[in-house]
Amino acid sequence: MLSRVAERLYWSARYLERVENTARLVSVYDDLMFDLPKDVEVSWYNLIEILSGEEIFEQRYKVKDERNVVKFLLADDTNYNSMLSSLKMVRENIRTTRDVVPKETWELINELDLYAQQNIKQGINRSERHLFLNTIIEGCQKIIGLFAGAMSRDSGWQFLIMGRYLERADMGTRILDAAVSLMLQSEPEERIQLGQVTWSKVLKSQSAYLDYRRTVRASINGAKAATFLMSDPCFPRTLAYCFGQIGESATKLPRADLITTQIDKILKFNYPITSSEDLDEDFHNHLNEIQIAIIEINQQITENWFQFRQGDAA
Amino acid sequence: MEKLTSQYQSSIFFDELIDDKGAPRPPAKQLLGYLDSLSEDELEKRRLTAEATIQEMGISFTVYTEEGNIDRAWPFDIVPRTIEASDWKIAEAGLKQRLKALNLFINDLYHDQNVIKDGIIPEHIISKSKNFRPECVGISPAYGVWAHICGTDLVRDEHGDFYVLEDNLRVPSGVSYMLENRAITKRVLPELFENESILPVNSYTSQLFDTLAALSPRDIENPEIVVLTPGIYNSAYFEHAFLAQQMGAELVEGSDLFVDTDDCVYMKTIDGPERVDVIYRRIDDLFIDPEVFDSESVLGVAGLMRAWRSGNVALANAPGAGVADDKVVYAYVPDIIRYYLKEEPILKNVETFLCDDPKQRAYVLENLDKLVVKPANESGGYGMLVGPHSTKKEQALFAELITKNPRNYIAQPTLKLSTAPTLISKGVLEPRHLDLRPFILQAKDTYVTTGGLTRVAMKKGSLVVNSSQGGGSKDTWIVETKGQ
Repeated sequence: MLSRVAERLYWSARYLERVENTARLVSVYDDLMFDLPKDVEVSWYNLIEILSGEEIFEQRYKVKDERNVVKFLLADDTNYNSMLSSLKMVRENIRTTRDVVPKETWELINELDLYAQQNIKQGINRSERHLFLNTIIEGCQKIIGLFAGAMSRDSGWQFLIMGRYLERADMGTRILDAAVSLMLQSEPEERIQLGQVTWSKVLKSQSAYLDYRRTVRASINGAKAATFLMSDPCFPRTLAYCFGQIGESATKLPRADLITTQIDKILKFNYPITSSEDLDEDFHNHLNEIQIAIIEINQQITENWFQFRQGDAA
Repeated sequence: MEKLTSQYQSSIFFDELIDDKGAPRPPAKQLLGYLDSLSEDELEKRRLTAEATIQEMGISFTVYTEEGNIDRAWPFDIVPRTIEASDWKIAEAGLKQRLKALNLFINDLYHDQNVIKDGIIPEHIISKSKNFRPECVGISPAYGVWAHICGTDLVRDEHGDFYVLEDNLRVPSGVSYMLENRAITKRVLPELFENESILPVNSYTSQLFDTLAALSPRDIENPEIVVLTPGIYNSAYFEHAFLAQQMGAELVEGSDLFVDTDDCVYMKTIDGPERVDVIYRRIDDLFIDPEVFDSESVLGVAGLMRAWRSGNVALANAPGAGVADDKVVYAYVPDIIRYYLKEEPILKNVETFLCDDPKQRAYVLENLDKLVVKPANESGGYGMLVGPHSTKKEQALFAELITKNPRNYIAQPTLKLSTAPTLISKGVLEPRHLDLRPFILQAKDTYVTTGGLTRVAMKKGSLVVNSSQGGGSKDTWIVETKGQ
């Protein structure tokens, strides 16, 4: 597989996952706003912080209200992380790797891109937002499903997997962190009530609510939900699962050692959470370390497979 | 309601679907009957289906404008153009004959030049040709074939006879659109494919693969074949990706390849360098190797010519093949066929005046308002003068251009190009001029596409069919009408 093609596949998977995750995030926040007790103050602007978009947002908007936040996250073309920008990047990357993905991928991404562009107003206005975001998520899953059902498990596939799960791990960490900061910001007496709502939304944002119920068999609280989302080995959106997938894919490619060593280090690193009190500043720092590890893995992947050096490869 | 086809005003030209008495020609009979059975709304629905299909399939081509490059949806008319299979057989034989002779001619030019020694073609026509590459002299590509993939433009005159308008031997494009046009039409008019005997077109990509594989310098079971594209901003990028995908070949850019000290070409993969055997290059000669040609070019691969000359890689089309693409050489093709094959040409050339010849030049200069003047080496319909549609000022400009550089211009009478019914607005069919570009493949064997890409001038009365000049296209049906 050409290094350039490998790189584009990796990024198309990352951007595709980013599209889906952005839609999930906005959708779950939308839902959260309906369910929170009136006296709890939660700002839409938290979303901008979760995604580290403060700088670009503030250059662009004065008012940090719902409309601007949602517009920035979904539609803004000056925000290269916005849903529409990410979709455009998926399309560009697929356009240049059409020869290695199933033929229908190109049609599906065009369909999704057209739908998103033509109906973006529905996403910005609250009344039809849910339907719009759901259609986007479904569109992403259609493409993932096509890959799963029609793509050879060759090198190209391994790059798609690594891209998808690295992006997912990144967003998963950010969402956990967001929930933790929300808790830490609130008054202690509100926490129990807020915790119930928040953590069930967090689980739902990862489609993990039912699986949590079946696996953990306990009521929802911060400690248990966070533990599940970090370390459950079977559910496909937990950090443990994501890193496991990256490691496994790497071993099917040449020169995997550098990546697998790093993955093994993360997977071994056990952060015990016994009660919700443990979701404190230290935990926040722990998540931060995972974020840094994610950035390093990305760099490692880039150096290992995308930057071809004629001398040492031969 | 009036029938769709009975309101059709056939033109004074040869119409592909309807004869001069207003009756459908045999291969178009079922098609027109079916179109007549559809209501105006139904037909409009089909047109919209086609539009949506094109968008979803992402069928596009890139147009260069001052504002930048625009990726445009492929312009398409849902009414197919039909050709009788027995007529097509003759055209097919003519194309095979023509390409056989042209390849013998190119090979001769880079070796003994007997064609010049024997006085068939003047020496200066070749030595002054923009596309003759001295770098290629003495090279012997496999089977003596230089132009492996050719797109020859055919037109029909007022009697329905086929003429060759030009041969495109450098990097002809359009074949993917031929295939996609068929795919769209199957979605738009599925009922017709059940009952009619429309010859299939979809074997092209496997034929192309076989043609390319036959060129491999290494005698191995699975030679590495790549399609070399200038990249995403090229107007035919869609086609490059399409062909690579359909053949299961790698789509590469110049930066994905390198030539090592062993004079072999390698591509940069995640496993390290992998040797490349055959390159279907979609980059012009002058950009393929900065060591030999344009040193500024970043599209090509340094050392590629070295690797090709050493016989370590096959290039399709071979560099230098464009020498026969020259419109001045075109005028000599009938003689070339007679010279190499000792046969009469099956397909006629359009009458051509060479400005290089003083007598013919004088005629051209006197009749600029009646003739089409073309530069010898441009493609895409650029730099032309269409006499009857031109102003005095334009004619004066061309008179000057011709006098300054006569070798670079030819002139042809304005053709009475055939027309076909084209859906130009809701429920309205009007005749529009068209041409046809079949594709001819040649290596060990020769193969001609079933029909080809039909291009349509969408503007009333216009003869310009190029997509880059606003032309559209149609599906092309070769129909067997036996027993009707």
